[in-house]
Amino acid sequence: MVSRGNSGGQSCVGAVEEKKLELRLGLPSGEEWSTVKERDREQAHSVESHGGHFSKVAKSNISNFCVGSNGGFLGSVELNSQGFWQQQGLLQLQAKAGVVEEPKEKTNGSGEKQQSLDKKGCGPPEAHAAASGNSAVANNNSSQTRTTTTPVVGWPPIRSFRKNIAYTSKPFPEPQNESSKIVTKIESKEKGLFVKINMDGIPIGRKVDLKAYDSYEKLSLAVDELFRGLLAAQKDPLAPGTQKSAEEKQAITGLLDGSGEYTLVYEDDEGDRLLVGDVPWNMFISTAKRLRVLKSSDLCASSLRTVSRKRTATDS
Amino acid sequence: MMTYFPEEVVEHIFGFLTAHCDRNAASLVVQGVVPPAARLRRNCYAVRPERVAARFPAVRSLTVKGKPHFADFNLVPPDWGGLAAPWIEAFASSPTAAAAGGRGGRAGGGGGGAPLEELRMKRMVVSDECLETLARSFPNFRALVLISCEGFSTHGLAAVATHCRHLREIDLQENEIEDRGPQWLSCFPESCTSLMSLNFACLKGEINVAALERLVSRCPNLRSLRLNRAVSVEALSRILMKAPQLVDLGTGSFWVDHRSEAFHRLISAIERCKSLRSLSGFWDASPLCLPAIYPICSNLTGLNLSYAPAIQGSDLIKLIRHCWKLQRLWVLDCIGDKGLAIVASTCKELQELRVFPSDIYGAGSATVTEEGLVAVSFGCPKLHSLLYFCHQMTNAALITVANNCPNFTRFRLCILEPKKADPLTNQPLDEGFGAIVRSSKGLRRLSLSGLLTDQVFMYIGMYAKKLEMLSIAFAGDSDKGMLYVLNGCKNLRKLEIRDCPFGDGALLENVAKYETMRSLWMSSCDVTLGGCRALAAKMPMLNVEVINERTKAKSRGSPSDFHKVEKCVYRTIAGRGTTPRFVWIL
Repeated sequence: MVSRGNSGGQSCVGAVEEKKLELRLGLPSGEEWSTVKERDREQAHSVESHGGHFSKVAKSNISNFCVGSNGGFLGSVELNSQGFWQQQGLLQLQAKAGVVEEPKEKTNGSGEKQQSLDKKGCGPPEAHAAASGNSAVANNNSSQTRTTTTPVVGWPPIRSFRKNIAYTSKPFPEPQNESSKIVTKIESKEKGLFVKINMDGIPIGRKVDLKAYDSYEKLSLAVDELFRGLLAAQKDPLAPGTQKSAEEKQAITGLLDGSGEYTLVYEDDEGDRLLVGDVPWNMFISTAKRLRVLKSSDLCASSLRTVSRKRTATDS
Repeated sequence: MMTYFPEEVVEHIFGFLTAHCDRNAASLVVQGVVPPAARLRRNCYAVRPERVAARFPAVRSLTVKGKPHFADFNLVPPDWGGLAAPWIEAFASSPTAAAAGGRGGRAGGGGGGAPLEELRMKRMVVSDECLETLARSFPNFRALVLISCEGFSTHGLAAVATHCRHLREIDLQENEIEDRGPQWLSCFPESCTSLMSLNFACLKGEINVAALERLVSRCPNLRSLRLNRAVSVEALSRILMKAPQLVDLGTGSFWVDHRSEAFHRLISAIERCKSLRSLSGFWDASPLCLPAIYPICSNLTGLNLSYAPAIQGSDLIKLIRHCWKLQRLWVLDCIGDKGLAIVASTCKELQELRVFPSDIYGAGSATVTEEGLVAVSFGCPKLHSLLYFCHQMTNAALITVANNCPNFTRFRLCILEPKKADPLTNQPLDEGFGAIVRSSKGLRRLSLSGLLTDQVFMYIGMYAKKLEMLSIAFAGDSDKGMLYVLNGCKNLRKLEIRDCPFGDGALLENVAKYETMRSLWMSSCDVTLGGCRALAAKMPMLNVEVINERTKAKSRGSPSDFHKVEKCVYRTIAGRGTTPRFVWIL
């Protein structure tokens, strides 16, 4: 089928441009500039030997390439001192990109390409002038092992929040396949994440292992189990709590949505008090240090205002 | 002449003007009151806001656009402008507006106060102060739509929520909003029951979920709800139980343990939403969670999975097989050509497809090529809107696509590598794009990429007669290219060019053309300062701006006329108020 990638797509001038790039990957010094300039002339000359119409192309490609690599923010380019500004612009761009491995791969890529091109010969004589200008911008990422693209300002034309979307860090672990998930669960069970939990009106607190649950619903049920008996004992201190059956004791419900008599809140690692249920479960257990079961009526507007909401790094 | 007709007649005539552009053109000529039903659209520097407010005091719906499109890609420096405040203040303080509001006040809106009901802003700088002004000045205010704006925080949202009694719509799309806490959701009064559309997907930071749930419970007309990433699946389930009538939903963070009860609750909640037609969000979605939406997939007409990079090809395929009514699909390129083939065979109603890149800088293996697009073109004859990021494209493929789909209105192709030729033939892609413009006679918007010569512009000038917006990058050989377009495309309104060898010759040859256009953007081309000056001299009605980001020593004081510039041309009647120091008005 179609050979994916760029092995077949390079013209002579393209490879020449690529070689130029390799040489440029160093700090600008007086000597190096002149060396490169000499090479420029050499290459332009060698290009000419392939066909007279290429020579003009080479020059215009240079200016095209450089203006492109300057991008939007690198300011204007003086027409009369083409050579210097081009290379300056190129180096700035690559320095920003911080792509260090490129040179080696490019060497390989261009070497191989040169061979394959020699076999194929140059492009057809009637190739449009710009055809030979698979310019150096293109050559940056045109080795056979697709290397990283040198970033050009504002290219590709997508908004910032869409860039690097593959690397957007999630605040909780990626779900894995079944077996590794089970292993993770066992491991985390062994470690345990016990936090204190206190309930309004009950002097004695409990401890709960957050890692034993995987959802807010389960936690809510656990809180009910932990405190139902104690709550009943508080309300009727004379009745022996163990005599009543579980059903007769009033269940503690509505902890998460504000509909019950009590509401579950937690304290995070910054010491802030927050309502339980807002963030994904895994994020919650990683930041919760302590739980509290408060009377819903105590959560008036004024106290809600003092409950500061943290900014969580949920996005890139 | 129109001023002699009574208002009722003017209204009647306006009723026949359905295209926004026609209305705009007409409204500049007609004096008197624009009927309330008419919408006003303006570029923020095309005309002074006070003038618009004075002329059209009773306008109920206003759309203002600020920065040029390339601002989305960081090509426009910050502080360039596009301030919303002058617009809001002009309409808030216009005495005629207040009088008009009093005269034509709707029932329940109270007497007095400006009658503005809807404000849509795009790429504007909006402040909390002007949101507060808006909230307090327009008693009938119903709909706020902000797209790609910045400069405000959740405090501004709180002001709108607090004071706008009849709010129907808050739609925040891709804005930069400073997070100053989640209280804004609590600011909707208990009496607010009219919300129909609420979109805060772009908000970073946490929100007050309990307040959101209460708000949702008391707004029975809520049709569209788009949550932000801070909303968990558990919260989503509770919200859906309270709003099963939703038509459009943007989920929050879509990760949940698929073996948990929370997951089952999610499924039940989604199942109840029989009216759901459009889904988006899906942040952090893992493939194991996707089955939660299977029950309603067959009803979906819109699906946006472009924030879910963990959903790879095979899982996407499983999902897409359920979505046979899909009209609009946004995905990442990890769908692959195979996935697009499944789209082609399943989604016969598809009209709009957007394929975004998931990994620009890496050597990702999962991408799409011309094969995927060709497959879709065979399978989806109704396709008319395309945004496609890919690593390569061929002329043969484009010609096939052009033959299969002659109904494109929007065709935006982005080959990630600039100036990349057809890998099969090593040729430029002139013929391929030429086929597209020749075949899709209704094409209104076109974005080019890949290796292109002046030839493609000749085709565009010849065939793209309905073209209104053209985006060009790293293309062309000479001034001829740009001139083909300026001379040939009768309906061209916006032209944006970067990194092309078009110079002063092209810029100055057909200056009259710019009067028929809305804007021209050229950056990193061969235009010089002298050329810009000449243009400004020839066309005093144009606002010609030069943006020079580099104000350091290299510019050496006042630059010579041979200095290459970044630049932008606007059509204008009045100049702009304040100018940042890096912008020169010529």
